[in-house]
Formats: sequence, structure tokens, C-alpha cells
Amino acid sequence: MSLGGFDVQVLRENGFATEEMTLNMGPQHPSTHGVLRFVVRADGEVMTEAVPDVGYLHRSIEKIAEKVGYHGFMPYTDRVDYVAAMPCNQGWAMVCEKLAGIEVPRRAEYCRVIACEFNRISSHLIAVGTMGMDIGAFTPFTHALREREHINDLLEELCGARLTFNYMRIGGVAWDLPPDFAEKGLAYIDRFEPLIDEYNALISFNKIYKERLINVAVITGEEAINYNLVGPNLRGSGVDFDVRRDIPYSIYPELQFDVPVGHGEEGTLGDCFDRYMVRIREIQESCKIIRQCLQQIPEGSVLAKIPRKFKPPVGDAYVRIESARGDMGWYCVSDGSEYPYRVKVRTGSFTATSIIEQVSRGLMIADLITVVASFDLVAPEIDR
Amino acid sequence: MGTFAFLVLAALLIGSALAVVLHPNPVKSAMALVATLFLLAIVFVLLGAHMIAVLQIIVYTGAIMVLFLFVIMLLNLGDEEVPTEWPRVVLRGLAGMAGALMALQLVRLVAGAPLGRMVDAPEGYGGALMVARSLFTDYVLPFELTGLLLLVAVIGPVVLAQRRGR
Amino acid sequence: MKDLVLSLIAEGGALAGVPFSLAAPLVMVAFGALVVFGFVLPIAGITSWLERRVWARIQSRIGPNRVGPQGFLQWLADGLKNLLKEDIIPSAADKWLFSLAPYLVVVGFIATFAAVPFTSSLIIADLNIGILYITAVTGIVVVGVLMAGWSSNNKWSLLGGIRSAAQIVSYEIPAGLSVFPIVLLTGTLSMQGIIRAQGWAPWDWFFFYNPFTFAAFFVFFVAALAEGNRTPFDIPEAESELVAGFCTEYSGMRYLLFFLEEWGNLYVIGAIVTTLFLGGWQVPAFTDNPMLLAVAQFGTFFLKAYFFVFVAMWVRATLPRVRVDQLMTVCWKYMVPIAIVNMLGTAAWMLFVPETLGRLVQFGMTGLGAVVVVVFFRRVRFHLRRANLKPSDYYYSPII
Repeated sequence: MSLGGFDVQVLRENGFATEEMTLNMGPQHPSTHGVLRFVVRADGEVMTEAVPDVGYLHRSIEKIAEKVGYHGFMPYTDRVDYVAAMPCNQGWAMVCEKLAGIEVPRRAEYCRVIACEFNRISSHLIAVGTMGMDIGAFTPFTHALREREHINDLLEELCGARLTFNYMRIGGVAWDLPPDFAEKGLAYIDRFEPLIDEYNALISFNKIYKERLINVAVITGEEAINYNLVGPNLRGSGVDFDVRRDIPYSIYPELQFDVPVGHGEEGTLGDCFDRYMVRIREIQESCKIIRQCLQQIPEGSVLAKIPRKFKPPVGDAYVRIESARGDMGWYCVSDGSEYPYRVKVRTGSFTATSIIEQVSRGLMIADLITVVASFDLVAPEIDR
Repeated sequence: MGTFAFLVLAALLIGSALAVVLHPNPVKSAMALVATLFLLAIVFVLLGAHMIAVLQIIVYTGAIMVLFLFVIMLLNLGDEEVPTEWPRVVLRGLAGMAGALMALQLVRLVAGAPLGRMVDAPEGYGGALMVARSLFTDYVLPFELTGLLLLVAVIGPVVLAQRRGR
Repeated sequence: MKDLVLSLIAEGGALAGVPFSLAAPLVMVAFGALVVFGFVLPIAGITSWLERRVWARIQSRIGPNRVGPQGFLQWLADGLKNLLKEDIIPSAADKWLFSLAPYLVVVGFIATFAAVPFTSSLIIADLNIGILYITAVTGIVVVGVLMAGWSSNNKWSLLGGIRSAAQIVSYEIPAGLSVFPIVLLTGTLSMQGIIRAQGWAPWDWFFFYNPFTFAAFFVFFVAALAEGNRTPFDIPEAESELVAGFCTEYSGMRYLLFFLEEWGNLYVIGAIVTTLFLGGWQVPAFTDNPMLLAVAQFGTFFLKAYFFVFVAMWVRATLPRVRVDQLMTVCWKYMVPIAIVNMLGTAAWMLFVPETLGRLVQFGMTGLGAVVVVVFFRRVRFHLRRANLKPSDYYYSPII
């Protein structure tokens, strides 16, 4: 078959001609989370195949890096995954620092972690909110977005932007925390944490909702590793791996937090409900991390001395960070000039897209929406 | 007033009934059948048989025809004709003969009808009570047998579908 | 109705001297038009506004509040906008059926109002088969939906139409079976007759008559929601799966007509539930003035019916959508058997339970219902207190 469509198979049975239906879901469809396209072959309501077609949001971000230089590329990293832009910032900053061997001030590391964890919460709020919306419940989405607005307010105080932050710099962060940020942040976390339980009561443990998620699109741990799933999708299948803990970077080794792993609490291990609950639990863990950071943050400068013309020595570097969508890899080759020779970003949404064809077989059309939402796909991150 | 309404209805009825038979597209043919059955229900209303009229709409347009349309749409039949092993001439001949038989019966019925001697409908005619009373007294055997037949028709597909699924 | 026409002819005025056979249809048509334009269309429109406001409130949003006080006239603005919009008929669509379908849907819904009572004397036609008539004309809606789905020549529309057909045909069965216990109790199919068999007091309602009618109420309400394509059963137009289901290709006024049906149908559901289970327009005879009594009856009926419209909005804002196979499972494996048990149970109740015991059961069930209501409001108060709201949090309330 091709992405242009299937050769329609006509089955002649008892003299009647029946054929399978080719459905073109996307690139404009209300629930494909951006411009993502699926070519679905369906027998009535049951899908026999759903093939994702990526590339509709390709913006050549990696190529742009070769033209704008190390400092200039920072705003572009926001656009790699605009739902969680802070980790992308951090990935680029870290890969440049590794190339040039720069030591980042400790206060800056704290600022980075605070910003990233806030962003992780807001990204996961979108993920769980759209999950509800795709299942047909609109209310959880607005409630999740309301909380996300507060986080956006906080991040706006931090860096002046609400979506594409451009907060980090090579060697630190652009601005120190505002004077009363710690109090505001802690007050918000105190208010927000009980709301997670309320959210769970509203939707997570709703009978209909659970029925829609449980035992749908089960991915075993082995399959998840083979298909290179990362982050919550991997942990939802019961694989206990988190870059923050297992390949530590920044100040994560100094912080106390758990890595939530799916354990098939309602149905089979690795179903949509497990992936969903992992995200809910990660929100709680992020709250813990932020609370610790805001309490222990040291005084000091937030930006190391970096020359305006940043020329790292010849060589290459690869860093892994845990973005909201999981293990994100940043690879950069330097030829010693002002411009990177080659940049490559490895993103979680792209690998998650590859398993959809495998898991969607035999599911119903409504389940495809559930599966896409449970992977928390962000179309710009797939294509870059 | 009543005669005029009947004439209009009758014309529409015959038109839609012809469309059922003659239209090449199965979906539109089925739609015409929906219209025919609906118009027939209105004729029942004109006759004062409200209960029958409502049942006609519930059972035929509301349920049976919807299932017809459902199947036709699912099979996605186009304008093509249903393939058959019988030669077309034979089929048409058989259909013509059946139609002629029906027409003959109809003519006999009309010829024997007491035309011109209109009888006033009794009190409660066409209501649920009347229909139920005649169903459960005079026609109780045919009624029960029809029920049995329908039960067989319900169980049959279940059995057939299960065998295919295995 | 007949008396009214005769008195109009006798008293003179516009109808003086007109023969009855001509006057009767004229008066019927006039009253029908009055009901349609004075009640049905506004009620559908206002319901659309209220639903958006209630929804918005539950979702901590504001909702439409610009047109008129609290956005009350939003529905008129929406209607006007959609009338002025271009009416697009896709070139690949079947033009005839495509343009006919929305009208069929709306006719199916407006025709139900012929048998929906307003007060003890105000009803377009008190048919002796009223409740069956409503079931029948609702069946026309599904033909319109199927027609819309097929004629759009769009796969999403077709899937929506097919889903809708399967859903409505299936849920008509539990809905119909849940009407039977009431018909058994009253021995009539007439809407007014069913209401007359009940009293104004809650313990005289069929809702609390016996455990089986109590269960039948819930089966009927859920099945009616499913027939009306409401969440959690809104799979035919599930916007996250099927784009907009059977109305994907529609635009302008034709698109709006489908939603007119959906919102207006909410009131019909409420009215039927009120008639069958909640004593309809029954009020205590507190005055001899027929006008005052009629107003009280209308108010009672309307409030009861509209309460269920509100419940439907509330449910829609709370629950997610079921999947197609789950929808069928719920219908055939749970609701149909429960409905049959209700019917047989009511028949047995009528035969074997003595009147005094039945009376006691009525009072007991009413008391139980009152306890449930009290507990519910205590829970609401508890949650409101726990949320610790400040007056400023009420700032964008729909009414305040």
C-alpha cells in the first residue's frame, strides 16, 4: 500500500461486492494534535491498518542551526517542541556547553530545573487534558488548561514569554528568578497539588473513561524498547528508565523524586490507561522537584562568562535530557567556526509515531484517537 | 376535502412506489420505499386507523427501512445490479406473473366491495383497544404464529453470524 | 380543541359563519404555527444559549455574554448569521437528498409537539395513541440523519449516519419497553390520560409508584439521551473521531437545523419524562380561576421538563463518550433486559400487591428519594466549602 491510498480490495462473497474503506484522517482533523495524517484502512468501524504520514510540519530546524550560529539558534529550539520548550532550550544549551567544556553556575542549574519542571507540568496538563477531550469529555481539558495558564503566568514572570520561552543561554539562563518568584511558585504548587486529586475524581477514575482506555493498544516492555519508545510511553509499559535518574545531568542527582512506572493497575500492563496515569503521577513528582528546588536554590550568578562570538573547539557532543515527551537527544558537530557543522535532534514523538501502525491493527476508529492521545504526540516535534 | 387529500396521496404513493421499482440506485430506491410506507401510514390516518398508522411508521420507516438502508450503505452498493445466476428474461417473467396475480386479486376484491354503501366506523375504531381486542380474540392463532416466525427470524441470523465468525 | 372551535364559530368574530369542517383545520394550523414559532423554535434557541452558558460555567469559562443581557439573545444572532451564510452543497453530493435531509430531521422533531401537553386543556391534539405517535415521528429523524450521512458523499458522514442508525434503532427498544409499565398502569396511550392518572404530590407520581417504574424512569431517560445523540452517546457526531459525523459537509442554515433538532429534542425528552413519570402538569386545585390554574399548570410542566434539559447539559459537561461497541453492549446486554424485567414486574405488581401495601411503598420510596436529594445537596455544600471560594470567584457567573 502507499500513503496515497490503498488499492481498494473488492471481496466477492455470496455474490455481493463489498470493499474495505480507505479513510484519510488528517492532516486537517480535529484530533490529530497538529498536522498529522493517518491513512486508515477500515472494515466498517474496525481498522485493519492505520499508517501515519509525517512531514507536514517540517521546518528544517536542524538545517537552520548551521546558518544562525550557536547563540542565534536558541529561539529556534523553542519551536522543536513548543508544548515543552524549556527542555529543548536546555538540551541545546547543554550540548554547546559540553562541546566547549563550560561550567554552569549552580544557581543557573536550579533555574533551569525549575523552569523545565514547570514546563513539564504544563505539557503533561495538555496531554491529559487533550486525552479527555479526545475521549469526548471537554470539561477536563478546560480545567487542565486553566491550571496551565497559571504556570504560563509564572513562566512569563520568569522570562517574558508564555509559549516559546527562549529562556536559557549557553552557560546559564538569561534572567535570574524575579524577587518573589519562590513564594509565588510555592504558593501555586500548594494550591495545585490537591487539584490533581480533584482532576482524577473528575475524569481519571470515571467508569466510561477507564473503559475507553483500559486494555486498548497494549504495548509490552519488550515491544516498547524495540520500537524505541521513550519517556512516559516507555514507563507506561513498565520499563523503569528515566534519563533524569539513570543518566543524571544538571542537579537532578541532588533531588529526591520517584520515577512513576505503569504497573497495569486497571488492566493489562502497557495499555493506554497506564501511559495516562504515568503522566498524572509525573505531574506530582514534578511538583516535588520544584518544591525542593525553590527551597534549596543557592545565591550566585546565573550566567557564566561566554564570549559573544562562541567558537567551540572541533569535535562533537551528544546529550540526553528527559523532556516532557521523554528521552530527547541533542547532537552537535563543531568544526571550530561560529556556526555548528551539523545539528541533529532526536525526539520522542517521532519514534512513538512508528509504533502506531503496529498497535492500531484490529482496533476501532475511535481507539486510534485514544492511541494518538495516549502517546502525547506533538506534531512539530515529529517533523522539526 | 377527504377525497381530495386521498387523491393527492394516492398519486404520490403510486409515484414513489414506481420509483422503488424503477430507480437504478439502491439507496434512492430504498428512500422511495421509506416515502411509500410513510404515505401509506397517512392513508391509514385518513381511514381513521390511527393505531395501525403509527405502528406502520414505527415498525417500517423507523426500524425496518433504517436497517435496509444501513445494510445498503455498509455494502456500498453502487448503481450496478445485483449479480444473479438466473437469466434476466426469466426473472422478469416471474416478476410479471407475480404482479399479474396480485393485480387480479385486487380487481376481484374491489369488484366485490360494497361500494357506495359507506358504513360509519364504530366508537373507538382504530384505537389501541380495538386493534388489541381483534388481535387477541379473532386472530390470536395467526398472531402467535407470526410471533413464532419472527422469533425464528431473530435467532436465525444469530446462528448464521456465529458460524461465520468461527 | 373541538369545543374551542365551536365557541369561536358561535361567538362570531373572525370565524363567524365558517363551517366547522373548514374552521377546525384552520384553527389547528393557526395553533400549530403559534406553538412552532412561539414556543418550539425559541425554546430550542434559548436551550442552545443556556447550554453554552451552563457548559462554560462548569468548565470555568464565561461563555457567550455579549448579545443582549448575559448573552441571552446569542441564539438569535447565531440564527441570523447562519441564515446569511453561503449554503454550500458539495458538487459530489446528491443534491436532492442532501438538501432534503435537514428538513426531514426538523419535521420529525417538530411533529412531536403535536402530542406534547402544555396544560390540562392546552395540547394541539390529544391523540388516543399519543405516546406511540411521539415514538413514531421521532423515527423519521433517523431517516433524515441516514440520508444526510449518505448523500454527503463523505466517508466521515457515512460513518456518522451508520452509527446513528444503529444507535437510534437499538435504543428505541429500551425506550419503548420503558413506556409499557406506565401504559399497563394507566391503560391508556394518551399523554393527557397518563397525566390524569397521576397526582400533584410526588408520591402519586409513577416515578415513585413501585421499584420497577422507578428503574424504568432511568432506563427511559438514558435511552432517550442516546436517541437524542447526547453525550455520553453522541458517537454519530463525535467531533474528535468523525470530524462532525453526519453533518460534516453541511454549512449555514442547514447545519443549524440539525442542532435545532438536537436542542429542541432535549425539551421533548424532558416533556415525555415529565408526562410519564413525574405527574406532568398536575397541581393542587388551589383556585377556581381557570386562567390562573392553567398558568400554574404550564409553569409546573415547563419547570419539570426543563429540569431534565438541565440534567442533560450537566451530563454532557461531565461524562466522556462511549465507544460504538460499548454503546451496543450497554443497550442490548443491560438496558433491554432491565426494561423487560420492569415491564413484567409492573404487571406482577398490579396483580399481586394489595392497594394498602402499594400505597405504603409509594410513601416509602418518596421518602427515600427525599433523603437522596438532601444528601446530594449536603455533598454540594461540602464541596463548595472545601473549595473555599471567595466572592471574587463568582465573578463570571452566568446569572449573577
